[in-house]
Amino acid sequence: MIAADTFRPGIFVDALSFIVDHPGFLAAKALEQLVLSGAALGLALLVALPLGIVLGHLHRGSGIAIGASIFARALPSLAAIAFLLPVLGIGFLNNAIALAILAAGPLLTNAYEGVEGVDRDAVDAARGMGMSRGQILRRVELPLAVPLVLTGIRVAAVTVVATAPIAAIAGGGGLGDVIVNQASYRLAGVLGASLCVMALSAAVFVGLVALQNAITPRGLRRTRVVGELPPGKELQ
Amino acid sequence: MDDDGPVIPDFGHGSSCVTDNRTFCWDWAREHWGDTLQPAVLQHLWLTAIAVAIGFVLAFALALLAHRVRRVEHPVGVAAALLYTIPSLALFQLLVPLTGLTTTTVEIALVAYTLVILYPNIVAGLDGAPPEVVEAARGMGLTRRQVLTRVELPLAVPAIVGGLRVAVVSTIAIATIAAFLLPKGLGYPIFYAIKLPEPFKTEIYAAGALAIGLALVCDGALVLLRHALVPWARRGRR
Amino acid sequence: MTRGAEIVFDHVTKRYPGRDVAAVDDLSLEIAAGTFCVLVGPSGGGKTTALRMVNRLIAFDEGDIRIDGRSVRDFPPVELRRGIGYVIQQVGLFPHMTVRDNIATVPRLLGWSRESIAARAAELIELVGLDAADGARYPAELSGGQRQRVGLARALAADPPLLLMDEPFGALDPITRSRLQVEVRRLHREVRKTIIFVTHDIDEAVTMGDRVAIIRQGGRLAQYDTPDAILARPADDFVAEFVGEDRALRRLALHTVGSLPLDACAAVSRGANGPLPRVGRDSTVRSAVSAMIEAGTDAAVVVDGEGAEVGVLRLSRAHELVG
Repeated sequence: MIAADTFRPGIFVDALSFIVDHPGFLAAKALEQLVLSGAALGLALLVALPLGIVLGHLHRGSGIAIGASIFARALPSLAAIAFLLPVLGIGFLNNAIALAILAAGPLLTNAYEGVEGVDRDAVDAARGMGMSRGQILRRVELPLAVPLVLTGIRVAAVTVVATAPIAAIAGGGGLGDVIVNQASYRLAGVLGASLCVMALSAAVFVGLVALQNAITPRGLRRTRVVGELPPGKELQ
Repeated sequence: MDDDGPVIPDFGHGSSCVTDNRTFCWDWAREHWGDTLQPAVLQHLWLTAIAVAIGFVLAFALALLAHRVRRVEHPVGVAAALLYTIPSLALFQLLVPLTGLTTTTVEIALVAYTLVILYPNIVAGLDGAPPEVVEAARGMGLTRRQVLTRVELPLAVPAIVGGLRVAVVSTIAIATIAAFLLPKGLGYPIFYAIKLPEPFKTEIYAAGALAIGLALVCDGALVLLRHALVPWARRGRR
Repeated sequence: MTRGAEIVFDHVTKRYPGRDVAAVDDLSLEIAAGTFCVLVGPSGGGKTTALRMVNRLIAFDEGDIRIDGRSVRDFPPVELRRGIGYVIQQVGLFPHMTVRDNIATVPRLLGWSRESIAARAAELIELVGLDAADGARYPAELSGGQRQRVGLARALAADPPLLLMDEPFGALDPITRSRLQVEVRRLHREVRKTIIFVTHDIDEAVTMGDRVAIIRQGGRLAQYDTPDAILARPADDFVAEFVGEDRALRRLALHTVGSLPLDACAAVSRGANGPLPRVGRDSTVRSAVSAMIEAGTDAAVVVDGEGAEVGVLRLSRAHELVG
C-alpha cells in the first residue's frame, strides 16, 4: 500500500528533476519494460494473429473470436498475473504470459474482422480468375486486411506497454518497480516514472502509427488514423 | 496469534486444504464469503457502477457536442486516445497528490477510462444513421433536435450498447488495480494473497474468478438489453 | 383530402461557388393546382436541385418560388416541409419504426390525436396497395416495391397539397416500376394533389405527366408543355434528341384506340394479307399499329372488354393523329 505525500504544486517539478537526475537508471528500467512488452506482444502475435486470420478466412468461429476478445478484456491483468503465480512463480515468464493474454484480445478480434470483412466481391473476382485459396489469402485478403490488423497490433502494443508496470508486483521489473515503491523513491520518483511510462506509451503509439502509414498499401490509406474502429465495434 | 497485517486465513482452524495451500479450498471460500469475498464483490460493483454512470454521461455529452460541431470531433478523439495510454497505476499515482487516497481518486481514473472507450463508440453510433434516412427526415420537416432524438439516437443504440459492454468489462478489470490505493474491490484479496510469504491460492482464484464472472454477467445483461431495445434488428425479409 | 396547390418558379437561379455553369439558371415555371408535373432531363442537369429548392433543402440565390401565391421564404423551413410530401429514391424509411409508425411521423409532429393518426395510417396503407398486416412490419421485412409504397403513404400522411418525388422508382426493377407508375397515376386521379416528379427517363415522364418540363444541362428550361405537344413539336434540337427519334411512336402510346374515330365493321372485313388483328378498345394506338404491322394489314378490329366488336381502326387514323 502506498502512503501519500502531501500535495505540493512543486511535486511535478520534483518529478521532472528525478527524471533528470536518474537518466541511466530510468532508461534501464524503461528498457526492461520494453523487453517485457515486446516478449508479450511477440507471444500474442504468434498465437492470436494466425488464429484470427485463419478463422476470418474460413468465415468461421466468429463466436470464438468475439468470445475470446470479451474474455481477454474481462480478465484483469492483475488476476492473470496472480493466477500464474503459483504455477510459474515470479519473474519474467509469468508476466510475459499474463500480458500476452491481454494483448491477444485486440489482436485476435482485429485479425478476424480484418480478414473476414474483406469485400466479398474482390474475393469472388479472385476465385473467378483462378487463384488458389492460398493465393487469395496472400494476395487479396491479407493486403486488404492490413489496416485493421495493424490497428489491432497498435492497440495491443500500447495497451501492453501501458499495463506493464503492474508486472512489478510479481518481479517483472521495468518502470513499475519504481511506481509501486513509493517508500524508496518518494512520490517524486513515482510520478517521474509514471511520466516516463506515459512517454513510452506515446512513443510506441506514434512509432506504430508511422509504421502503419508506411506499410499500408497506397490505395487503402486514409488520412485519419486516430479514431478508427472504436474499441468494441465488433460487438454491435 | 495476533496479526497486525491483513486478513490471513487462520492456520489454527484452517482445514488441511488450507494449510497445504492446495489449488482451491471450497471450505475457505464458503467460510469467508461473508467477511471477505462478498463485501469485495459489492464494493467492486459499486466502484464500477459509479464510474460507468459518470463516464457515460460525460461521453454522451461530448459525443453530442462533436456531432453538432464537427471540428471538435477529431481533437477530442485524439485526446481520448492519449488518455487511454496512461497506465492505470500511473494515473492513480498522478491523482493521489491532488485528491488523496480516497475513492474519488479511483473514480476519477475509472471515469477517465470509461470516457475514453465510450466516446468513439457513441460518436460512431450517432454518425451511423444511413444518409437517406436523415435526408428523408429533414425533408419531412423534423427539426434538428427531432432528427437527433427520433432517428439518429434510436439507430445509435447498438453502437452505444456495444461501447457500454466494452466499458463495463474493462472497468471491472481495471478496478482491481484500485486495491493498490484502497482496501476495496476484488483486487484487494488478490493483492494480499500475493504478498503472503506463500501466496494463498484459494483467495487468489476466488477473487479472480469472481472478477471475471462479474464482467461476463454484466456483458450478458447488456446483450439482453440490446436485444430488448432493438426489435427491428430481429426481423429480416420474410 | 385537400386539393392541390399552385406552384410558381419565378426566375429562380442557383449557383455553386467555384463553378462556371449555374446549377439552376433563370427557371420560370407555372404549375397549376392539381397538375402532375414532371421535371425530366439528363443526369446532373439541375432538376433535383430545382425540386429541393421548393422545400428549401437547398437555398436559391435569385428569384422566388411561390406556393399558392406565398413565397417559400415566408415560412420557417421546418413548418414548410411538414406541409409538403417528400419521396426520394432510396426511400429513407426509418428502420427502427414499423410501417405504421413511419407513416405516422408527420401527423405526430403536427399533434394529431391518436385516433385520427391510427385511422389515417390504415386509410393510407390501403390506398397505396399494402396489406393491413404490413402495418406492423419493419422496413427490413419488406421488398423494394413495398418500401416505396410506404414512402408514398408516409408522404401523404398529413394530407399535404403538394408532393415532391425525386426519381422514386429509379432503384426498382422494371416490373415493379411500371406497377408503381400505374399506382401513382391512379392515386393522382383520386386525390388530385399537385405533384412535382423528377426523372431522367423520358418514357416515364411522358407516361406519367400532365405537363412535362425538359431541363437541360445548366438548369435551364428547354420546353414546358403537355407530353403530346412536346413529342409533336420539340422546341429545339436538344429536345428533339432527348425525346428520341421514335417520338411519333411515343405519341401514339399516349392515346387509346377508343379515343380515335372508328369505322363500321362491315366496311372493311379483310386486309390484303389475311384476317384483321383484334385490339382492345383500351389498348394504346401504338400497340394497335404494332399489331397491324405484325399482321401485315392497314386496319384492325376493335373489341370491347367482353370481346364484342365495336368498330375498325384504320392505320390512316393514326397518321392523322400524329400528322
